[in-house]
Amino acid sequence: MSNLTAYEKVAAARGNKRPMGGYFIKNMIDNFVELHGDRRFGDDGAIVAGVGFLNGEPVTVIAMERGDTIEERIKRHFGCPTPEGYRKALRLMKNAEKFNRPIICFIGSSGAYCGIDAEERGQGEAIAENLYEMMGIKAPIISVIVGEGGSGGALALGVGNRVCMLENSVYSVISPEGCATILWKDATKASDAADVLKLTAQDLKEFDVIEKIVDEKDLTNEEICDNLKKYIYEEIKELKKMSTKELLDQRYEKFRKIGR
Amino acid sequence: MSLKDFFKGLFGKDSQEPRICKKCNEEIKYSDLKANHIICPKCNAYMRMNAFERLEAICDAETFSPVDEELTSNNIINFPEYDEKLEKAKKATGLNEAVVCGTCSIGGKKTAIFVMDSAFMMASMGSVVGEKITRLFEKATTEKLPVVGFVTSGGARMQEGIISLMQMAKVSGAVKRHNDAGLLYIPVLTDPTTGGITASFGMLGDIILAEPKALIGFAGARVIEQTTGEKLPKGFQRAEFLLEHGFIDAIVDRKDLKDTLSNLLAIHAKA
Ligand SMILES: [Zn+2]
Repeated sequence: MSNLTAYEKVAAARGNKRPMGGYFIKNMIDNFVELHGDRRFGDDGAIVAGVGFLNGEPVTVIAMERGDTIEERIKRHFGCPTPEGYRKALRLMKNAEKFNRPIICFIGSSGAYCGIDAEERGQGEAIAENLYEMMGIKAPIISVIVGEGGSGGALALGVGNRVCMLENSVYSVISPEGCATILWKDATKASDAADVLKLTAQDLKEFDVIEKIVDEKDLTNEEICDNLKKYIYEEIKELKKMSTKELLDQRYEKFRKIGR
Repeated sequence: MSLKDFFKGLFGKDSQEPRICKKCNEEIKYSDLKANHIICPKCNAYMRMNAFERLEAICDAETFSPVDEELTSNNIINFPEYDEKLEKAKKATGLNEAVVCGTCSIGGKKTAIFVMDSAFMMASMGSVVGEKITRLFEKATTEKLPVVGFVTSGGARMQEGIISLMQMAKVSGAVKRHNDAGLLYIPVLTDPTTGGITASFGMLGDIILAEPKALIGFAGARVIEQTTGEKLPKGFQRAEFLLEHGFIDAIVDRKDLKDTLSNLLAIHAKA
């Protein structure tokens, strides 16, 4: 385990070179076919989704992606999903349910896209609908936080039977900068805010919010990806043994017990 | 238990003092305000109702019965100044937390009801608010009752960190199970409803009502302005804006809310 401070982990999770959803799709999923659009309004570049095989197992993958080049990042609005992104994700989760295919969600975003247009098209409603519908999807769901898990915009893909985090990813109700501004009227105290928010993978494991931390220390991206792939594959095997009722009850109870 | 007993800490104390309208700055006698549904008689601004006033206005007389009233929040992640904030909120409101839950009749129809009170830490949702609303939906599912919810909130409660965020999923799950049992849920969005509450049970009703001009949105208006540099359109994130964009069913004047709810509950009553 690394000894980074909470805010160093925030920086690592946001890192310019840190692999996001697209990387894990490329290195984990065979014969991936990207599927576009929400069938309502548009196609959001901040969410890459599609179908493929994980070790021969057909899966649906939904991943937040910000892009590598500046042009791509602008096109994908820096990985912040719009309502269309969340609606595309839900459409493809329903498709996965129809064909009884496990769903893997990769989460890494500072939060839901913030803009007048997103509000006009119901950003809140889109997130709410995902939380609600994911609770009833009759297929196994595994959510993985690979970067910054920014509030409701991250949770909208996070209602899984299993939730796992990479060692240096973070997951929080508010950004440390936002928290510092509210608490101390000083965004430069973000490092202190990161400490009080308890947003590291280790904190969340302690609170029983996540099941698993995937190590990063002294490992290459390839090795991390391999270990994560093994974990996901094993969990899918376990979850597939459950009846539909067991699967839905386990997912409900996982969240039901938090703050009981 | 009568409403007055339930709220006796508050009733007869702060709530009868004159209040100042934030819009026109006029100080208004409580009796005048009460007679006008807590709407400013000078400028017609909808002033924020506390939980007691809302329950009294909506529930049939002597029918409200509270549940889980005793639940109080702990400082679970040891967040700075949270204990003091909770104490202050309790004192100011006479409530143990930002939501009051229970059962009542509305127009003779028995229903589960929750009322959020923005005077309690902006009615932000921590674990107790999430737990109380979840329990209410579970109770309503078991007892086959509809749920009416008066929603107002600044969002998830920062002071409980990730635990608050997870309440959005928890409550949404309970709303789904209530829905799947074929039962009716009507949220009434009041000023202000923002952040994680808009992004969970605020937007999950069979029928979503709102009060006129209520602020309803996900991202904060100032944050949007700062991030995008765009000028916000007039009436942005007000109830009328949401109606125009198709996200709420109807805007109902405060004086008509009880009749509208009674009517909707009667229309949905199972034979
Ligand atoms: Zn006024």
